[in-house]
This record gives sequence, C-alpha cells and structure tokens, in this order.
Amino acid sequence: MGLLTPSLGYFVWALVAFIIVFLLLKKFAWKPILKSLNERETNISNAIASAEKVKAEMAQLQNENEALLAKAREERAQLLKEARDMKDKIINEAKEQAKLEANKVIAEAQAAIQAQKMAALTDVKNQVGKLVIEVSEKVLRQQLSGNGAQEAHIQGLVDTLKLN
Amino acid sequence: MTSGRLKSFSIAAFSLFCVLISFTAKAGGGGEEGKKFDAGKAMLDHIADAHEFHFFSVGDFHATLPLPVILYSPQRGLDVFMSSNFHHGHDDYKGYRMVGHDIVAVNEAGVVDETVTVLDFSITKNVAQMILALVVLFFLLKAVANKYKTGQGVTSAPKGFQNAIEPVVMFVRDDIAKPNLHHKANRYLPYLLTLFFFILINNIFGLLPGAANVTGNIAFTLVLGLISLVVILFSTNKHFWGHVFWFPGVPVPVKILMLPVELMGVFTKPFALIVRLFANMTAGHIIILSFISLIFIFAEMSKVAGFGFAPLSIAFAVFIYVIEVLVAFIQAFIFTNLTAVFISQAIGDHHYEEDVHH
Repeated sequence: MGLLTPSLGYFVWALVAFIIVFLLLKKFAWKPILKSLNERETNISNAIASAEKVKAEMAQLQNENEALLAKAREERAQLLKEARDMKDKIINEAKEQAKLEANKVIAEAQAAIQAQKMAALTDVKNQVGKLVIEVSEKVLRQQLSGNGAQEAHIQGLVDTLKLN
Repeated sequence: MTSGRLKSFSIAAFSLFCVLISFTAKAGGGGEEGKKFDAGKAMLDHIADAHEFHFFSVGDFHATLPLPVILYSPQRGLDVFMSSNFHHGHDDYKGYRMVGHDIVAVNEAGVVDETVTVLDFSITKNVAQMILALVVLFFLLKAVANKYKTGQGVTSAPKGFQNAIEPVVMFVRDDIAKPNLHHKANRYLPYLLTLFFFILINNIFGLLPGAANVTGNIAFTLVLGLISLVVILFSTNKHFWGHVFWFPGVPVPVKILMLPVELMGVFTKPFALIVRLFANMTAGHIIILSFISLIFIFAEMSKVAGFGFAPLSIAFAVFIYVIEVLVAFIQAFIFTNLTAVFISQAIGDHHYEEDVHH
C-alpha cells in the first residue's frame, strides 16, 4: 500500500531539512533564547534574594533603632533624674547657704545693734552724768552762795565720809 | 481565549470551504464523465504526496502549482524539470512517465521500462511545504531570538511574539526535558526543542486549507523516529546495556527469556513513535475528509439528501477540525516527551534505581 511505504525522496529531504534546521536553530535561536531565559531567571532569583536580604537588614536596623531609642529614652530619664537631683541639691545648698548667711548677717546686725545700744546708753549716761553735775553745780552754787551754807555743806560731806 | 477559539474556528471553516470547492469541482468533473464518486480513492489522493499542488479542477482545467522534479537513475543520470511537463500524467517527458503518484521510466516505444531504476528526489508537495514551514519557523524564532539579544525579555518583560514562543520553550524545558533528564536536560534541550517545533509547525501547516499532509506521512515520521533512535543509542551507557542483555534481579532462565524482549524493546520504542505520529495525523485528515465525502455520497443518491446532509456533515467536520488543532499540539508534545523519556531510560536514572534496589 502506497500510504505505508516511505518514499525515498521525501525521506532524504526530511532528514536533510531536520539536520539543517536543528543546526540553524541551535545556533541562532535556542542558544540566545535559552541563555536569555536563564539570565532572566537568575536575575529574578537574585533580585528576590537581595530583596529578602534587604528586608532582613531593614528588620535588623529597625531592631537596632528600637534598642537605641529605648536606650536613649532610658538615658534621658536618667539625665532628667540626675538633673532634678542636682537641682534639688543646689537649691538645698543655696537654701542652707542663704540661711547661714542670713543668720550671720542677723548676728552681726544684732551685735552692731547691741554695740550701738551700749554706745548710746553710755552716751546717755555720760550726758545724764554731766547734766546731773551741771544741775548739781548750779544747785550747789545757789545753796553755797553764803559762807554758812558752804561750811554746813562741807560739814555734811565730811560727815558722810566719816560714815563710810 | 475567546479570540483564539474564534480564530481556529474561522481557520477551520475557511479550510473546509476550500476542501469543499476542490471536492465539488472533482465530483462535478467525475459526474460529466459518468464516473462514480469514489470516497476512498479521493481521500487517499488527498492525504498522499504529489508532484504538484492541486487546488481544484473545473472540467479539463486544473488549477495547480507545478513543483520541480528531480530524478536520478544509475543508467540515465540526473534529470531536473518541472512537473508541469507531464501535463498531469497525460504526457511523457524525457523518457519518464507519471503513473498515479509515481514516476517510472519508459523506453522509446512508450512502454514502461522495468530495467531502469528511478530514484525520485523531487521537491514534492510535502517537501515544498515542509521547506516553506521550516523557513517560516526559522525566521520566526530568529526574530524572537534577536529580540532577546537586545535585552527585551531579559531585563524587561517579553513583548509581542516572544509571549507566544516563550511559554512553549519553557514548557519543553520545564515539563519535558527537566523532569526526565534532570541535570543532563540542557544537553538535549536544543534537540528536543527543535523536534517539538519541527513537528508542531508541520502539523499546523498541514492543517491549512489546500495544504499537504506533511506529518501524516510515514517517510517524515520515519526520519524523526530514526533520529530519535540514534539520539537514544548515543545516550546509552553500560548500565542500560546491562539491563538489556542480562536483566538484573531475576533467575538465569528468565534472563535468557528477557534478552530478546529487551532487545526488541530498543527498536519498538522509536517504531511506536513513528507509527503514532503518522497514524494520528493521517486519521485526523481522513475523518475530516470522510465527513465531507458523506455529502457527495448522499448527493449521488439524491440531490436533496446531499444538500440536506451538508450542514450536519460540515458541523461534524468543523468539530473534528478544531480537535485536530489540539491534536497538532498534543502529538508534538507526545513525540517530544516520549523521546525524552526514552533518552532518560537510556541514560538510566541511577538514583532512582538505587532506591528500587534498597
């Protein structure tokens, strides 16, 4: 049957055609296409890998940032606390100082007042003494203007002395 | 999807239209001469190879595309001329005569000369169409490859026809080559890809209206089968031949029994490939032609029956045609996949074998 007997001509042409097409396609089509596809696949897998890496790095960075932030917050709190303590201490010290100064000033003032008071008192006493002597002089001059009075008074004075 | 379906449907319809025209012309011509319509002969005529592209005949006018005839005979040497010189088998030319689809030598008295051997290397319908299809295939793939070379599809998304070729290439690589051949896949990939596209483009071109039945020819499939056999045999190793000649793990009498079976298996595998592709593609064409022939068989009984049956017959033929488009891809896949499987058997998957023995 003609359908089942292979014809020589067609066989040869098909064989030649297949071999030529195979060689041509291998060189001009499959090589660049397969190379490009492989290249693209490696590009994509590399891109995915690097994206994953970046993601991991980002996560790590974020963790680090958070840790840093927490540490900074802690430090701030510490600083604030220290500052507050310092402030309290300074204020307390200032208060103490002020109290001491004030006490000192008060004491000095009191001493000055005392001294001036004493001075004033002495002055007053001297004045009073002087006044008394003047008044006494005046009174005595008045009373001892006569000889008898003078003698009487001297007599009186002598008496008192004797008594002592 | 819808546009693709519409496209294949319109191709099918157009193709049938053309087939119908050529049939109508033939049946009409036959009727005038008082001959009966012979469906079997007409079908075999359509699927067989020829020395010219025959589109239609009206009366004595034959619309054909003549093709070059290349003959070699040890006695007469090389002869090259156009097939139109035969005038469709009516005339002898340069001492050759066309009998049916064959060219035989005749002597000066006009009698067939059996002593002269004629080797027919003509560019027949099948050869011409195959070359045309392969030229188209080559330039298509070259254009796609050049696009890849410019970086399109490498650093950016593939565009245009790349999107049509790339999934097929990826399919052959990831679903045919790699699952069967593993790390050796890259070595066989150019061959498998060429095989797949070679069968596919010729299947598709064979489905075009008025086209030759390129892949449904035993000579064509024989070439592919023999190449597969050669590739398989070149891939074999000691392990494979050990299995063939001394089957492991069975008693000695069984080993001897297995030897011819295994040895035959080496050759039946590519033989199955040859017959499968040939039978599938031929069967598809025959079924379509049968449905069309039914119209003329009915028309010979009565004109009304012929016209009445035509729509039903065409509907069935279109249905089969669409299936044939599917078969064009499936057969290319099966041939390539089985070749890959046979190569992997020849290589022998040692990891798998070890798993079995443990």
